[in-house]
Amino acid sequence: MPTLEQTTQEVLNLATTHFKLPLGALSPEDDFFKKLGIDSLQTLELLSRIENHFGIELPDYEVQGVSDFKTLAERIQSRL
Amino acid sequence: MKSFEGQALRWEWRDGVLELTLDRAPANEIGTAMLRELEHFVGAARQLTTETSACVISSAQKSGFSAGADLRELYQGAVALDEKDRSAGVREFLERIHSVLNWLDEAPFVTIAAVHGVCFGGGLELALVCDVIIADKMARFAFPELRLGLIPGFGGIPRLKRDLGNGFVRDLLLTGRSVNATRAQAVGLVSQLAAEGEALKLARATASQITKFDAGTRVAAKKFIKPIPREELRREVEIFCELFTGPAVMAGLKKFVENTSPMPYQP
Repeated sequence: MPTLEQTTQEVLNLATTHFKLPLGALSPEDDFFKKLGIDSLQTLELLSRIENHFGIELPDYEVQGVSDFKTLAERIQSRL
Repeated sequence: MKSFEGQALRWEWRDGVLELTLDRAPANEIGTAMLRELEHFVGAARQLTTETSACVISSAQKSGFSAGADLRELYQGAVALDEKDRSAGVREFLERIHSVLNWLDEAPFVTIAAVHGVCFGGGLELALVCDVIIADKMARFAFPELRLGLIPGFGGIPRLKRDLGNGFVRDLLLTGRSVNATRAQAVGLVSQLAAEGEALKLARATASQITKFDAGTRVAAKKFIKPIPREELRREVEIFCELFTGPAVMAGLKKFVENTSPMPYQP
């Protein structure tokens, strides 16, 4: 099983690619709603991207209220 | 009428295949405009049944197939009415949408939903009447109605129960969570998975294959494998109308209309 740091980095890489950002543009503590300015549909896209990448299901209610990549990675870790 | 272009959708008949394209910003919400044109579509499709083998339903909106009922319109229409008129108004809408969806459910041609993005609530209920759902791997499915103090009202539960295992039906309905296309395929909701942006192309290829079969055999096969759960559909309308007059509904609708959170479909 990957470490939390590895999962966090994978999430950052996924978001960087999905939103077509330059490498290193995102960091674990970033508030992705503020940093990326994403709306509800883009949030669902990111959720699908994460689920497809990690081969998990991440119920919406588990990520509701989560706004930084590190906490998101913690939620993913508990489903790996 | 072999082609039509309206405010909420358009359709075109070609070589035995009817293509219905939902196209109402922002996310093909099903309100009175969409319903009126769906009724128009059904009227035209009835006239084309003998020369139609398949019908592909898809969306031209980037956001997805459909986010479901137009809750803003529903709230704005209901808030001005007293309880009795509110209930009568929603019942009339439900009767009309049930009539459209029941006809599509048992249409004598094969119906294929090409789904991408959001397929929530009434949008999922529209997809559920189709014989085959082909989903983009980024599609998401949900029945978030309980957050409004309601159950799905366009035939969702009876058709989910008809097609899928009850364990998944309860999970989807009682948690209100959204599921991805891979999970939806694993439980039998989605028939075929498509790469990103490829669902419509695969749906067209599937429709083309279907045109090769004998029409009479196709109708017999469909009748045998896809009974319409009429009694449960009637009960659903009654339960929905009963719940609609409850205090939770207007509060839930108001909260949704005013919600600016990234997950407005969550309570």
